[in-house]
Parts: sequence; C-alpha cells; structure tokens
Amino acid sequence: MKVSQYKTKTFVLEVLAILLAFLFLAPFYLVLTNSVKTLKEILLDAASFPQLFHWSNYTSVWKMIDFPQAFWNSLQISLLSVLLIVLFSSMAAYQIVRKPTKFNSFVFLLLVSAMIIPFQSLMLQLVRVTSMLELRGELYGIVACYLGFGMPLSVFLFHGFIKTVPLELEEAARVDGSNPYGVFFRIVFPLLMPIMVTVVILNTLWIWNDYLLPVLIIGGNKDLTTLPLAVTKFFGQYTKKWDLALAGLVMAITPILLFFLILQRYIVEGVTAGSVKG
Amino acid sequence: MRKALGIQEGWEQSVNRRTAVKRAFGARKGWSQQIVFLGPCLLFFLTIVITPFILGFYYSSTDWNGLDLDKAVWTGSANWSRILHDDNFWKSLFFTLRFTVISVVIANILALVLAFLLMASLKTKNVLRTVFFMPNVIGGILLGYIWQFIFTKGFATIGDLTNIAFFKLPWLGTPNTGFWGLVIVFVWQTAGYMMIIYIASLAGIPKDLIEAAKIDGARPYQLFTSVYVPLIMPAITICLFLTISNAFKMFDLNLSLTKGGPGTSTQSLAYNIYSEALINNRYGLGTAKALLFFAAVSLITITQVLITKRKEVSA
Repeated sequence: MKVSQYKTKTFVLEVLAILLAFLFLAPFYLVLTNSVKTLKEILLDAASFPQLFHWSNYTSVWKMIDFPQAFWNSLQISLLSVLLIVLFSSMAAYQIVRKPTKFNSFVFLLLVSAMIIPFQSLMLQLVRVTSMLELRGELYGIVACYLGFGMPLSVFLFHGFIKTVPLELEEAARVDGSNPYGVFFRIVFPLLMPIMVTVVILNTLWIWNDYLLPVLIIGGNKDLTTLPLAVTKFFGQYTKKWDLALAGLVMAITPILLFFLILQRYIVEGVTAGSVKG
Repeated sequence: MRKALGIQEGWEQSVNRRTAVKRAFGARKGWSQQIVFLGPCLLFFLTIVITPFILGFYYSSTDWNGLDLDKAVWTGSANWSRILHDDNFWKSLFFTLRFTVISVVIANILALVLAFLLMASLKTKNVLRTVFFMPNVIGGILLGYIWQFIFTKGFATIGDLTNIAFFKLPWLGTPNTGFWGLVIVFVWQTAGYMMIIYIASLAGIPKDLIEAAKIDGARPYQLFTSVYVPLIMPAITICLFLTISNAFKMFDLNLSLTKGGPGTSTQSLAYNIYSEALINNRYGLGTAKALLFFAAVSLITITQVLITKRKEVSA
C-alpha cells in the first residue's frame, strides 16, 4: 500500500525537497572547497572546484589559533558545566517535587520566571558580581556562570519528568533502610535517563557555541580562550585573507558537526522534547 | 485520682517530649536534605542570575562606567531621559521589531513547507531532516562568518557566472541588503529547528480526521486552515515563541555578519546595548537600556503566548 502510493506526485515532491536540501548545503560546500584554495584562486573564482588541495592553509591556522588549546578549553568548560548542571538541577528538581513546601514552590516559580530574562539584561551587572567574587578569568568562574544560567530550564525539565516517577519505588527502598541520598542516587537518578539526554544535549549545544559570556568572563585570560573566541579574534585580524579565515572556520565547525552527525537521532529528539516541554 | 491524673500528665509529657525530640531530629534531617539537594542550585542561580538582575534596577539610574563603582553615582532619571532622545536606540528598536516580524513569518512558513514535504512518504526523508536541521547546531557567530564569505565572495562569483541581478547586489554593503542578509541567515538557521517541532505535531494528528475532511470535500486550502492549523496550534505557539524571542534577542549573528553596519543601520537592540556598554563604556546607560529590553521581550512573548494559547483546541 505504502509503496504503491509512491507516484509521480511524490517523486516531484522528492526532487523538490532534494533541491532545497542542496540549497541548504551550498554554503557549507563553498566554504569547504574554498578553504583548500590559495587566496588568488578564491578571489579569481570562488565557485570552481579546487585544482590543488592546499592543506597548508590548515596547518598554518592550526598553529596560529592554537587549535588544540582552544578545543581543549571548550571541551573542558562544556563537559564540567554540563555534568554539574545535570547533577545539581536534578537534585533540586527532586527536592522541589517531593517536598512541595511553600518555599520550594516559590523557588520553582522564580526559576521558571527567570527563563524569560534575556542575557543582555544581566551581563553588565554580572561582570560586576563576578569580578567582586573573583570568578573572572578563571575556569571555575565561567563554569559557575553556566551553572547559574543553566539551572532554570534544566530544573524545569527534570521537574516535569520526576512528577511521573512512581513514589512506590522510593518507598520500597526507604523500607529497606536507604537514606534519602541513597534513594535519589540509586533509585531515582538512573530513571531520569530519557530527560537527562535532553538536558545534556540542550546545554552542550548552547555552552559549546556560546560567545558573549566567555568574552565577558574569560576575555582577558588567553589561556582559557574557547573555540568561538579564537575564531572571532582570528577573523578580526585576517578579514581579507579568506584562505586562512575559511580554514579556521572549517576547523571550528567540525567538532560540533561531528557531534551532531554521530548523535543526530538523540539530538533531534532531545531538542524537540526540550522545546515542546519548555 | 489526682495522683492518677498526675501520672497520666507525666506520661503525656514524656510522650510529647519524645515526639518533639523526634520531630526536631526529623526536621534537622529534613533541613540537611533541603540544603544538600537545593543548596547548590540556589547558590549558583541566586549569585549569577538573581543578584545581577536586582542590581540592574540600581545601576540603571547611575552613571557607572564599568570600572570603579565609586563613580557609579545615582543620577535619577538622567539615563532615562537620555534614552528618550537617543535616536540610535529607537532606530535599533525599530530595526529589531521589523527584523523579528519578517524573519519570524518567513522562518515559520518555510518550516511548515519543509514539514509537510517530509510528511509525504519520501525515500530520502531521514537524510533531508538531518540536512535541514544541521545549520541549527552551529553557533550564530560561526554562521555569520560562513555567510560573510558567501555574501561577499560566493554571491559575487555566482553573479559573474550567471548574470542574475540578485547575486550582484552589494550584499552587506547597504542598510537594506544588510537587513535581508540577516533575515536570510536567521531563516536558514531556524527553519530546520521549527520544522522538527511541526513534524512532531503533524505526526500526532489522527489519520481518520484528515480522511473524513477529504471525504467531506474539503479543498487543500480549507484542509490546511480548518483542520491542520487548529490541530497543530500548540506547535505554532511554541515555534512562534522560540522564533520571536530568538529574533528579538539576536546578537551573535549581528556581530559576526554585519557588525551592525554599514554605520549603525543594521544594529539590533541587543547589539546596541552591548556597544553602549563595552565600546562606549557607559555601563549605567547600558543597564537602563537592558532593563527596557527585558520589559520589551517579556511583553511581546507573553502577549504572543496568551493569544496563540487561546486558539488551541483538542482533537
């Protein structure tokens, strides 16, 4: 039935959709092919396929932006932040759901309302607060900021999920003599896996790609420069040197694209779940 | 009797004392659990989000320059009257509103078209879904740089080869083409994301409902407006909310694609606040603008959600 329905009309739609897909991919193609040309070749004809692959663009940019260092910084900041966000927000959501006191309900309301505050409305005062607490220019400082900004949505998502976890499971464990911490970490935490995937993916994409917060918090400390920061600085210095700029650009988008292509099923589902519930 | 009562009282007292001790102990256990579970979350949230937010109300009425706080003197309504006469601010507000309306409409229409395309039983459905969603995982900064190359070099070359006027425009060189450049990239980045939300919603519509409407002789247009749209209204609420707030808060793309230029003609509100503080060093004024920005974002998104939520029906 399904197969026989594949008629001319569907075929036309298919061709149309594929053409649109090529249009969507065209920018990537242009950037990729031009990143291995010489500057002269790019300026002469940006649409042609490279005659010779100039990998030297990559090797020079690799050193110029210190790619390994920037990559490691981005990885470190993202991993640490996401890990701690998952831990702290799930614990908080558990406490709010299981002990719905007036105070805890108020905290939840505060967290949810804070989601609407745009980053620009906080950033200047945040610079002040973080300098006062000596968080600026430090790895733990930027992680602390991501923890703060990551809490509202993550607590909200865990909160919605924990409400569906049956209480009987926990009671059985409590009768067996587990303390509240044991109950949470051994019984509840593993059950949160589905929503945890969503929380991890949403936060990873955001933190990995973030630009403005790292500029404000670690801007001065070159040892902590993340990938978006390194590329932006490089672009500012080599605006007209497209051969190098494009190679740098490809290097910067490769990690996140690989992450997406490998985990795409989870990412698409996770992002959908996150936005539908959020 | 009295003695018996006394014993009774004594016994009750000791029971009361015991439950009181137990309760106090339980309360302490409850407290430690409250602190361990909620403490870290509250600590970071209050320090990083709430404290700056509250400070904003104070700093917005000072002439704080970002460096020394001693000079952050209370200036009353000076910042607010300055904003009132700040043409750049109102120009960027108007730019942002126009950008939001146009890009939200285009992004959602394209997303719906893509969603309906992928709902047809195409053979390449899964690959196409990946392709359309892909730009969304890359950050705005990098997308802006990719398109800076496309607009300045890629389009020029295509224009030379094909002689199509569209590609020969001075993209990013004039206020108007700069505006549309930002719209194009924003739509390219967002449409695939909205598409998957619409697909999830379309997939949930019962097939017999569509069949029934078709048997009743509904035309494609009627089918769309009176069957599909009401049924996917929850998805429309979400997608409009996401696109409106993202478009209104656009910053990264603005910074890397046009830098607000030429001049300040394509400066979004978020970019205007950024440059007021970090380039002009007027943090106090920037904070005041940021407060207005917060009010505008809340007002617009809450109104939108209230309006579209009211239109939601259940199948």
